[in-house]
Amino acid sequence: MNIHEYQAKQLFLLNQVPVPKGFLASSPIEAEFAYRRLKSPVSVVKAQIHAGGRGKVGGVKLVKSPEECFQVATEMLGRTLVTHQTGPQGKQVHHVYVESGSDIAKEYYLALLLDRETAGVALMFSQAGGMDIEEVAEKTPEKLITLQIDPTLGLKPHVLRSLAHLAQLPEGETQHLLSIVEKLYRMFLKYDFSLLEINPLIVTKKGDMLALDGKMSFDDNALYRHPEIETMRDLKEEDDREIEASKLGLSYIGLDGNIGCMVNGAGLAMATMDIIKYSGGFPANFLDVGGGATEEMVKHAFRIILQDVKVKAIFVNIFGGIMRCDTIAKGIIGASRELKLHVPLIVRLEGTNVEEGRKMLQASGLNILAADDMADGARKAVAAAKG
Amino acid sequence: MSILINEKTRVITQGITGKSGMFHTQLSHEYAPCFVGGVTPGKGGTTTCNLPVFDTVKEAKERTGCNATMIFVPPPFAADAILEAIAAEIELIVCITEGIPVLDMVPVKKALENRKTKSRLIGPNCPGVITPGACKIGIMPGYIHKKGHVGIVSKSGTLTYESVWQTSQAGLGQSSCIGIGGDPIIGSTFIDILALFEEDPQTEAIVLIGEIGGDAEIKAAQFIKDHVRKPVCAFIAGQSAPEGKRMGHAGAIISGGKGTAAEKIDALRAAGVAVSISPAEIGSTLLQKMR
Repeated sequence: MNIHEYQAKQLFLLNQVPVPKGFLASSPIEAEFAYRRLKSPVSVVKAQIHAGGRGKVGGVKLVKSPEECFQVATEMLGRTLVTHQTGPQGKQVHHVYVESGSDIAKEYYLALLLDRETAGVALMFSQAGGMDIEEVAEKTPEKLITLQIDPTLGLKPHVLRSLAHLAQLPEGETQHLLSIVEKLYRMFLKYDFSLLEINPLIVTKKGDMLALDGKMSFDDNALYRHPEIETMRDLKEEDDREIEASKLGLSYIGLDGNIGCMVNGAGLAMATMDIIKYSGGFPANFLDVGGGATEEMVKHAFRIILQDVKVKAIFVNIFGGIMRCDTIAKGIIGASRELKLHVPLIVRLEGTNVEEGRKMLQASGLNILAADDMADGARKAVAAAKG
Repeated sequence: MSILINEKTRVITQGITGKSGMFHTQLSHEYAPCFVGGVTPGKGGTTTCNLPVFDTVKEAKERTGCNATMIFVPPPFAADAILEAIAAEIELIVCITEGIPVLDMVPVKKALENRKTKSRLIGPNCPGVITPGACKIGIMPGYIHKKGHVGIVSKSGTLTYESVWQTSQAGLGQSSCIGIGGDPIIGSTFIDILALFEEDPQTEAIVLIGEIGGDAEIKAAQFIKDHVRKPVCAFIAGQSAPEGKRMGHAGAIISGGKGTAAEKIDALRAAGVAVSISPAEIGSTLLQKMR
């Protein structure tokens, strides 16, 4: 799950990580009064969308008077921004965040992330802040300091000493940095982050250290124990079908092709997309109905696939383990009748209770193309989609 | 021979009284009668699937002599269930549960890295382990397997079944099949299992099924180059997956251009592995490589 910049800053503030002062606004007049309240001659108006690269397309602007703030907010609100992360359809701006301008002397990078390899938390720091960290890691890896924290031991003083030693910052800055690292680490555990990044972490001309922008990624598996984070979810920022699917316990991702896929298991769902491409077609979606799907869920899955008007054929590829083929068959039959299925349906069933499943499909009298195996199914689906 | 489990393995199910736990204990026990009991806190003294239920893993071990456990405990409690099994010194722990918070797995991984531990973990978020005709610990459909000489190791459940099916169709059969799971932090890695297959006299060839995200397949490629002499065939799922989207599995995400199928396929090929680009040609690619 992702959250907005203003929400990330609220979380930082709540956990004593210093951030510039700012207010959220959903109308130009609110933005103007935010500017007045800030009492900062230079402020920044920032579009709140779930995507990076806003600055390059007019989503971040400096303002120097209440009138200018009103004007900029008027232009920004309701606009659709297209950045390298939004996709061609872009994202509409519903809110802006008005923030005090900062006198930036230096820009650093600081992040904590869950390290799969060490099963620990990796602490990363670089004096080359403000840039894309992947770029820093690739071009100047020597500038990137990485230290390991073992969460079973906690953040020990020696790790902080190592950071101070390697970072080589002026005395006052080191104190600020270590204090922010400690708070960040507590936050990381408290909210089950998979990534918690401050970029840039700035030093102002007065010598203060502030989180100017942040990126937060939460572990979706742990959201059940953080209701306060779940309320920050902004459904307007997400694909409607993905939301509907996740509410039903299905995992759906919309793609650009015309062959709808319904598969059990994430690996097989990816492989099904792969084999459709390999056979000369294009998948319309990734859809994993999961191991414990019910008849009802299979119907919902069909409904979601069919909401995509691009879909010209549907390929059901099931290898039943936990999932029983007769359950899938019942769902397919029910859905085809209820939704008056108008596109060709290709079904490949294998695994637990497969004979019952196949018999039920045959006896249903529905127009279903049975596939012998995955390759056969993909070929038939590609041919059917071409008409 | 086989790896990890055989007809002498004595298995319990943690979470045996839950719907999935009960269903799969029944199916696994019908496949091969290796199950000796189960654990559900508070249900000790009762019977499920004609097997005795205990309150704790330690008690189950003392009373049944079990040396393996299959875990079906719900996500919020699953990591603790694994820790309980480690504390009771169960040799093989197979955790099927999907959706365990990643940070919960950190102490589990550390406990497994402790030199004194007697335990090995497979999973979580995996289909389990099977030695055809001898023992099944997991949710895979038993009938698709055939006793034979191919070792299968995979991050994905249903793709493991697909490879089993294809190797059975090709007339090869399997020595053991291990689903290592699709989570970011897992107990046994590709390398751990590859090393076991390389040592196992029954295993003549290996199938490796990977997917996008992380670099476990790249590390496996290096290990194969250095240590594996048996023929290896691989498939990497997600060649057509978009960047930045989590493809079902918690670990299956391409981020910052890293973890793509292409880089994994290149690394495996450079290590002499026969990579099948189509998921329908895993069996035939392996057969060709073995010849």
